[in-house]
Amino acid sequence: MNNQEREPLFSAKNLKLLTDPLGNNNPITVQVLGICSALAVTVKLKPALVMALSVTIVVAVSNFVIAALRQYIPDRIRIIVQLVVIATLVILVDQILKAYAFDVSKQLSVFVGLIITNCIIMGRLEAFAMANKPWPSFLDGLGNGAGYGIILIIVAFVRELLGSGSIYGYPVIEKLGAYSAGYENNGMMILPPMALIVVGLIIWFQRARNKSLIENK
Amino acid sequence: MKQFSNRYIFGFSAVMVIAVATLLSLAATLLQPAQERNLEIEKKKSMLESIGVPATRGNAQELYNKYIKESFVIDSRGETVEGIDAFTVVLKNEQKKPADQQYLPVFRATPDDNEKVIILPVEGKGLWGPVWGYVSLRSDMNTIYGVTFDHKGETPGLGAEINTTPFESMFRGEKLFDSETFISVKVKKGGADPADIHGVDAISGGTITSKGLEKMLYDCLIKYDDYLLKNRN
Repeated sequence: MNNQEREPLFSAKNLKLLTDPLGNNNPITVQVLGICSALAVTVKLKPALVMALSVTIVVAVSNFVIAALRQYIPDRIRIIVQLVVIATLVILVDQILKAYAFDVSKQLSVFVGLIITNCIIMGRLEAFAMANKPWPSFLDGLGNGAGYGIILIIVAFVRELLGSGSIYGYPVIEKLGAYSAGYENNGMMILPPMALIVVGLIIWFQRARNKSLIENK
Repeated sequence: MKQFSNRYIFGFSAVMVIAVATLLSLAATLLQPAQERNLEIEKKKSMLESIGVPATRGNAQELYNKYIKESFVIDSRGETVEGIDAFTVVLKNEQKKPADQQYLPVFRATPDDNEKVIILPVEGKGLWGPVWGYVSLRSDMNTIYGVTFDHKGETPGLGAEINTTPFESMFRGEKLFDSETFISVKVKKGGADPADIHGVDAISGGTITSKGLEKMLYDCLIKYDDYLLKNRN
């Protein structure tokens, strides 16, 4: 260990862990994980933002904890240990939201608890944290959480703007005076299927720009 | 792959569970005061909404003191019970007691139109968990002035619609009694006749939540039967 050269904290390799999931290895649009919560919490920007933050914290911290313990976790009970770590963090996040962000916690309701079942988190623990050091795992978690979050925020932005005519609760369309000109909000945007369609459009756009993402037939 | 003995695995699990339990109980204890305060504000906000006063988390306390003047507890015969603070009565705990020992909270309020209303809390079961709400009655102790409902985890878009304005506003003007007989308000699948003063539309796709809500209204409000009949004017 000692004669091995220490890798700088933000080496090119580590930075790639952080930036890859934002684009070409995005958990939602490329790996198609965590879709269910992406549909549920993207009607408005605020819950989407809180959800994105919560998931990022949970995936980053649980990646870190599991990576730090990876030498000591018995292989036979590793999934249980991973679940315990995730569940603990999710309960903490839920309790903190209940204490300090009550309204958002009410809007997110069961979906905070359901972070436990978000495939991104278990996926990153199994695929990355069990085989890597804590710091790269932490970055990997941050990157994946942010990759998930950025899609959530884009979808929520589109859905809130077209569905409710506001951005982060601010009534833009009303201020622009579009209602008096005969504009109406699209109620469809509030319904879950539109989230799928918006995610689909993002996937389409991303693959049109980067042909290497298209699966070979 | 490194092999671990069974003894190690048991030891590891035990240490992990104890560590996690300590952490979580510590967090729960530390965050409890803030959470309870949130719930108290939420309760006041719901009561205000049932008399048509829109409140925010910021002004709920102040508006509560302004509009809701008096609160007391009665028993199933309609007699006032002394020495109990109506606001702190937990309906879920009361419902576990025998009917004649239950405390029934009543709140008196005066909204801006000077109607003397009373607010009665209700609590029951939906599909996935508890549903609850507040029903306010006009001074005839029969006509519904307003309602507000909420739920713990009903299905979004289906059962969860009970806490939305379109559903809640249908209750306004409905009547609980047919002269002296308690009827309550029924939730009608397929839509209620607009002339029906004891029925509102159920929620499509939320049948079990709707039925649970109907049962909640009946079970909770019939306990006030004597009190309501006695205090009519």
